[in-house]
Amino acid sequence: MSGTYLGMPAFPTAVRASTKDTQLRANLTHATHTIRDKRAKAVAELDDWAQLREAGKDIKDQTLHHLDRYLLQLETQVTAAGGVVHWATDAAEANRIVADLVKAKGETEVVKVKSMATQEIGLNEALAAEGITAYETDLAELIVQLGDDLPSHILVPAIHKNRSEIRDIFIEAMGRWGRPAPDGLSDNPADLAEAARLHLREKFLRAKVAVSGANFMVAETGTLVVVESEGNGRMCLTLPETLISVVGIEKVIPTWQDLGVFLQLLPRSSTAERMNPYTSTWTGTTGGDGPAEFHLVLLDNGRTATLADEVGRQALRCIRCSACLNVCPVYERAGGHAYGSPYPGPIGAILTPQLRGIQSEVDASLPYASSLCGACYEVCPVAIDIPEVLVHLREQVADQGGKGHRLEAAAIRAAGWILGHPAVLAAGERAASKTRKLHPQKSPGPGIGPWTETRDLPEMPAEPFRDWWKKNRSPKEGR
Amino acid sequence: MRVALFATCVNDAVYPTTAIATVTLLERLGIEVDFPAEQTCCGQPQYNTGYRRETEPLVRRMGRAFAGYDYVVSPSGSCVAMVRDNYLRIGTKARTEGRGSELTEVAESLTPRTVELTEFLVDVLGVTDVGAYYPHTVTYHPSCHGLRTLGLGDRPRRLLEAVKGLELVELPGADECCGFGGTFAVKNPDVSAAMGTDKIRNAVSTGAEVLCGADNSCLMHLGGMLRRQDSPIRPLHIAEILATTQAEAHT
Amino acid sequence: MNSRETTLARVRAALRDVPARESANPRDYRSCHVADEPTVLLDLLHENLVDYRAHVHRTTPAELPATLARLLAARNARSVVVPAGLDRSWLRDVDSALVSDNATLTAEHLDDIDAVVTGCALAIAETGTIVLDAGPNQGRRALTLVPDHHICVVAADQIVASVPRALPRLDPLRPQTWISGPSATSDIELDRVEGVHGPRTLDVVVVIAPALGESGHHATTT
Repeated sequence: MSGTYLGMPAFPTAVRASTKDTQLRANLTHATHTIRDKRAKAVAELDDWAQLREAGKDIKDQTLHHLDRYLLQLETQVTAAGGVVHWATDAAEANRIVADLVKAKGETEVVKVKSMATQEIGLNEALAAEGITAYETDLAELIVQLGDDLPSHILVPAIHKNRSEIRDIFIEAMGRWGRPAPDGLSDNPADLAEAARLHLREKFLRAKVAVSGANFMVAETGTLVVVESEGNGRMCLTLPETLISVVGIEKVIPTWQDLGVFLQLLPRSSTAERMNPYTSTWTGTTGGDGPAEFHLVLLDNGRTATLADEVGRQALRCIRCSACLNVCPVYERAGGHAYGSPYPGPIGAILTPQLRGIQSEVDASLPYASSLCGACYEVCPVAIDIPEVLVHLREQVADQGGKGHRLEAAAIRAAGWILGHPAVLAAGERAASKTRKLHPQKSPGPGIGPWTETRDLPEMPAEPFRDWWKKNRSPKEGR
Repeated sequence: MRVALFATCVNDAVYPTTAIATVTLLERLGIEVDFPAEQTCCGQPQYNTGYRRETEPLVRRMGRAFAGYDYVVSPSGSCVAMVRDNYLRIGTKARTEGRGSELTEVAESLTPRTVELTEFLVDVLGVTDVGAYYPHTVTYHPSCHGLRTLGLGDRPRRLLEAVKGLELVELPGADECCGFGGTFAVKNPDVSAAMGTDKIRNAVSTGAEVLCGADNSCLMHLGGMLRRQDSPIRPLHIAEILATTQAEAHT
Repeated sequence: MNSRETTLARVRAALRDVPARESANPRDYRSCHVADEPTVLLDLLHENLVDYRAHVHRTTPAELPATLARLLAARNARSVVVPAGLDRSWLRDVDSALVSDNATLTAEHLDDIDAVVTGCALAIAETGTIVLDAGPNQGRRALTLVPDHHICVVAADQIVASVPRALPRLDPLRPQTWISGPSATSDIELDRVEGVHGPRTLDVVVVIAPALGESGHHATTT
């Protein structure tokens, strides 16, 4: 696995291997079950969870519905507080803005706070091409970076690795990136965290430029908020001279008071905590405390296209808590990499095809990467009806036609004709019943191969129900 | 009270015993049931695969078939969920696209009247003890659409617990999807099979004789896997258990 | 068109179906989940901080200097950085070298200092959170970040019930750090481990008294 999502295969192909990787399956099952049970407990502590969720949904909707106004208000407030606001229509433009800012400072390295937006735009690779090294400082992002891997989870990007795999990566790669791993490093999580602390401390102390994302931007005050656990965020947001934050335009919320909703919803949904260990808020720059220079890069990169879809736009409410991944039976068995983007799991299946479009094979396959079981919708803290959006996007994929969908459309139309003619349907049912002795249970017939690989076909009954009804109940006048 | 049975296409063609059991059970409880022959399919497979326009004639057909009944009762949570959760969406989109409000009217008419069997028994008839006798150990898998979309909650469990002779054993990981998911089972066969395998392992671990569900489409997937693996536990729809009495063993 | 205008034009085009008038949001969630009584809040804050592996100590104004001295000695703190506006009488019993914060102290200097003692702007009982807002008795953010041992003094009357109750008392224009226990990670097998980049030891000293010399300068007391 090298660090790129380019040219990924369609989801069903990608999961061929991952569903059979017993180590991966064990890692994922252990981790997701641990966190989903904890989340349920953390949420149960608040008897007004349903009201909080409704408020979160509505605040996000209100912001999205009047996004232009809130973005302008945010821009005004950030600028008034000493920050500089940049607008990026796409990934290339955002990367260019960041690279130019770093070069203007004469720097060749930056420290990074974990950020989905910068993963999405491939910032690290773009900076590398300009001779700038970006050091990931979140423990899991560090594991991914040292292992030349890709993140597979929104909250815990290295969820697919267990403790002994992580130890091996640290021993093998830390020395090439900076301070090597301590001798005799164990696979105890506390020792691994300590090794990361030592490895990164020197980078924090010398870095002149930091790059972050943000969880929330408050339009009313121009305040940015980063929610984290480890303190690497605080290091990056506090110690360097220059801070550049790359944030999707959907992350804005109207008021400071609105944080009262999201700072309850997010930690409990995400890490299953009453509150995450560290939350940093800053408004522009503050003399003598923290970065003297602050740049905010507002990122579109497909968000306005998503916003244009009346059903699909609800995906932009997402606060990246990852609760949907942790309850998803498909994610648990497929793993994050199969989704071919930094946004895996149920939210990825509706966000990626909207941000990137449905032209590529993997993006067109994502809306089908779900059994529509609805567990994701149940836990979503901003009530994104993910199954609704999945089906909505399937319609767009089917309309687009292409591989496999032409045959499918023909079959659906044929079935539609039969189902529109009960007499024909009954005749077909009868024929199937009469020939049932001839039906193979195990050998694949046309179009049912994927079914019979792992399952027998059901035995056909002696007669369909409608025939039983005719014989055993005198047909009543249906009005 | 005029009650229509919405048998569903899968039960009509493949699992008639479930539809017969539903009729038997409701008649035993004093309900006169009708089966309007115009009914075929609710359109869920088409809709969930991305063919919304193709479901519209089926929505109209459902409206015609079940016009005038107080209740439309179905032994399938997912088909009831299709009506209650998606018909209004289909109608609204059709209206937005300039195809009139007929589908919206069908949705508004059907949604409040269409109920899943266990809902009808517990909420409408107010019974949990239906006088059934079934001397076997049973574990219950709550299918997703019944569990989450309809919010069936503990209704199926309460009905099973009241069955004489029946020992209900808890299914580990009961709330997790079995992996059927309609066309998901063939579009993503590897994940579907992995989910089904885990569900079956949990079911077998209970030591129960019967894996009971309220949705034959899920049981078709699980049953197919159980047969392939020569598993000791057999799948059975809850209607067939509830229809069984000491006097009349349901087959 | 520049990128700013392009983005705004795209947003407006995307929202053609949305009525221009804004609607009010439902706000039926609770402003707090517990009885708003000082002893209840104190106990809850204590319990929640301990739950997330902070050490909580209750003391009185008279006992505060001895308490701080004991906590610093217990961790063998040779040096302690002190915010400019911290009441020096709190530290009169401390044996460690006291370093007053000043503009020349770099992150590297702070890295050589063992501990820091601060006050706070307020504390939130329901979540077990302490909020710093760079007030005079807290100092700039780096002070509570780089040294490995943070002792935070909370006056009992600075405890509020909940996040919604805390926000109106805080000034968003000041940089804030909300702290709920020592730093932690769940990145390895989703098992929580305490102590990554921030201070690995968080001592919270709650002073139970009618008044505290200088509390968070703008946090109103109730």
